[in-house]
Amino acid sequence: MSSRGKVLVAMSGGVDSSLAAALLVEQGYDVVGATMKLFCYGDDVPDRPCCSLDSIYDAQAVAHRLGIPHYVLNLEDRFSERVIDNFVDEYSRGRTPIPCVRCNSFTKFRDLLAHADALGCDAIATGHYAIADGGALYRGDDRTKDQSYFLWGIDRAVVARMLTPVGRLSKVETRQRARAMQLLTADKPESVEICFVPDDNYVGVLERRLPADAPALRRGPLVTTSGEVIGEHDGFARYTIGQRKGLPGGRALPLFVVGIHPESREVVVGSAEELLGHAVTLEETNWLAEPLAVGAHCLVQLRYRAVAVPAIVRSVDTATISLDLLTPVRAIAPGQSGVLYNDAARVLGGGVIRQAA
Amino acid sequence: MEPVYLDHAASTPVRPEVLEAMLPFLNAAWGNPSSSHRFGRAAKAGLEQGKREVAQSLGVEPNQVIFTSGGTEADNLAVIGAALAARAQGRSMHVVTSAIEHKAVLAAAHAVVHLGGTETILPVDRCGMLDLDALAAALATHPALVSVMWVNNEVGVVQPMADIGARCRAAGVPLHSDAVQAYGKLPIDLDAVGCSLLSISGHKLGAPKGIGALIVRDRQIIEAIIHGGGQQFGIRPGTENVAGAVALGRAAVLARQELDGHVSRMIRFRNQLATRLRATVPDIVFHCESSVRAPHLLSVSVPGAEAEAMLMHLDLAGIACSGGSACSSGAIEPSYVLVAMGVDRSLALSTVRFSLGHETTEADIARTADVFPGIVERVRTLGVALGRV
Repeated sequence: MSSRGKVLVAMSGGVDSSLAAALLVEQGYDVVGATMKLFCYGDDVPDRPCCSLDSIYDAQAVAHRLGIPHYVLNLEDRFSERVIDNFVDEYSRGRTPIPCVRCNSFTKFRDLLAHADALGCDAIATGHYAIADGGALYRGDDRTKDQSYFLWGIDRAVVARMLTPVGRLSKVETRQRARAMQLLTADKPESVEICFVPDDNYVGVLERRLPADAPALRRGPLVTTSGEVIGEHDGFARYTIGQRKGLPGGRALPLFVVGIHPESREVVVGSAEELLGHAVTLEETNWLAEPLAVGAHCLVQLRYRAVAVPAIVRSVDTATISLDLLTPVRAIAPGQSGVLYNDAARVLGGGVIRQAA
Repeated sequence: MEPVYLDHAASTPVRPEVLEAMLPFLNAAWGNPSSSHRFGRAAKAGLEQGKREVAQSLGVEPNQVIFTSGGTEADNLAVIGAALAARAQGRSMHVVTSAIEHKAVLAAAHAVVHLGGTETILPVDRCGMLDLDALAAALATHPALVSVMWVNNEVGVVQPMADIGARCRAAGVPLHSDAVQAYGKLPIDLDAVGCSLLSISGHKLGAPKGIGALIVRDRQIIEAIIHGGGQQFGIRPGTENVAGAVALGRAAVLARQELDGHVSRMIRFRNQLATRLRATVPDIVFHCESSVRAPHLLSVSVPGAEAEAMLMHLDLAGIACSGGSACSSGAIEPSYVLVAMGVDRSLALSTVRFSLGHETTEADIARTADVFPGIVERVRTLGVALGRV
């Protein structure tokens, strides 16, 4: 049997990865599907199916329709250790983490590639809106769905072996093609939540995982940038940089969270002006291209769906990089990702935001 | 190449003779066996035939065969039904079972607790044998029921049923046994054992899914757990699965006729498989090796090779077998049976079960033994790459 090669496809049970698998089958690859079971709601959330079973069943049904084998890979232990524990730690440190980045960087792709090697697969594939091409990673063509922001932390070796069958499609095209191929996930609603955070209530996760008297969840002072105490908050983990909700009103200018100080449990509020950042330092950097040198120009994106702004490298070492932003950026939140691109939408690398100035 | 099926403890193909026997009760004699007209009588004849054949295979009376939807329902009926009967007779709803029972029994025992009763879960030793001292202590409390599985579905260990039965009889406590993995694989003598209730399942024996039975040798000791029109003495009401009953009866007859030859073939094949696996994977662990085991089961652990990946690689190589216990998602969890036997968690997660059946051939065994060492090597390498070893 002639085949273009053997591919292990991560199938989440959503439309994007379903179509990715279908397209690879259509293109003549020898395809094996796998769903990574990342967590189990267990008894925490009684109204949700255990183990996100519905998603697994959807992936199984699509794989069956495509005539490809499908397996469930249990990553629960490591997901809990490397992603959920980190998520809780980050909020405890007054930061705003992106668990999907950590999951991609440290669990999903590494495990997928290891399994692919064991199975003798030439490549791995996912349903991400991003384009892996010739060992380089680019933004997905549908800029409203582009997911490259979440992928800066994966290993370069992974990018070199990665297929992104839906990366050049728009979401609308993906659904159309999935419908045309009669995939049962074609019209499945988009999942926008963090997978282990039910009902978008991340504080609920923190409350279950942290002791009741954890500083992050205890009352603390609301202070202005000049140090004036203007009230109390009910736990700094409930706040993120740029947030307006939950702050006292009745002021001449609207207030925003501009800083979080976990040591003193202070949430610092200020004006829209004070929310602007002119420089940023990233840590835990990872490169998907040759590392940038001091003085190099690039584009940096500091939030999912934010516009990337031009920047110049001020300093760089093995694990951190500092950039001067040529356009000030609003609400730069430590814990979020800073992703570096070139003019051709290639992901050069990225890091976790340590601080802005 | 045809895939090799070594997962008969999960399910078996319907045997052609069984299918042939049941088909007339789907397309011709499809009536309700409770109806008095000719359609009903034709169906009733099939139902009675199934009952007689199942009864004969176990040396019991036809009216002691209560058909159920399968092994799980039979276990629930026995455990919960016995607790309810005890309560109705003014005794406590206390059920005693073992830590390595099928979930159908363990969950039913938990259900008894939810109904206001109590449960005692007896430990097993490293070989999977029931702790008889613990049983004696539990019997002294006069429980409503003792439930001990004849053959464990994961490791194949056979419990000393005659001994257990004698102790229960001496204490005046009814004994139930889940014999789903024993039926058709071992001689079962209910009189010698003194077993009052016995669960069997059709699809482990070449009959289809959806039919099983609880043998009820003393109707005083259980009450119904579902309620309806009074069929089957009201113990298990609802219109009977006639075609299923016929199928189970036919499968029972075949199993009984073939028992001796089947058992010796299974033992030979299992020993061949074990010998070849040990020769190529020297550190392989065979569970319950020193215990009396059912002939069709071989539970093996391979240190450093996770079951999840082994099963995937075996399947892709055309070999179907199973892990310890799978959660409904298909993800592998450490087997509570192995954990109860004192097997450590990582070894429990490296366990696969081969289960042989009527269709198994020597070629199946050879092919499995051929691919196994290569798979073990790849999966061990994978374990290192994943940082799990």
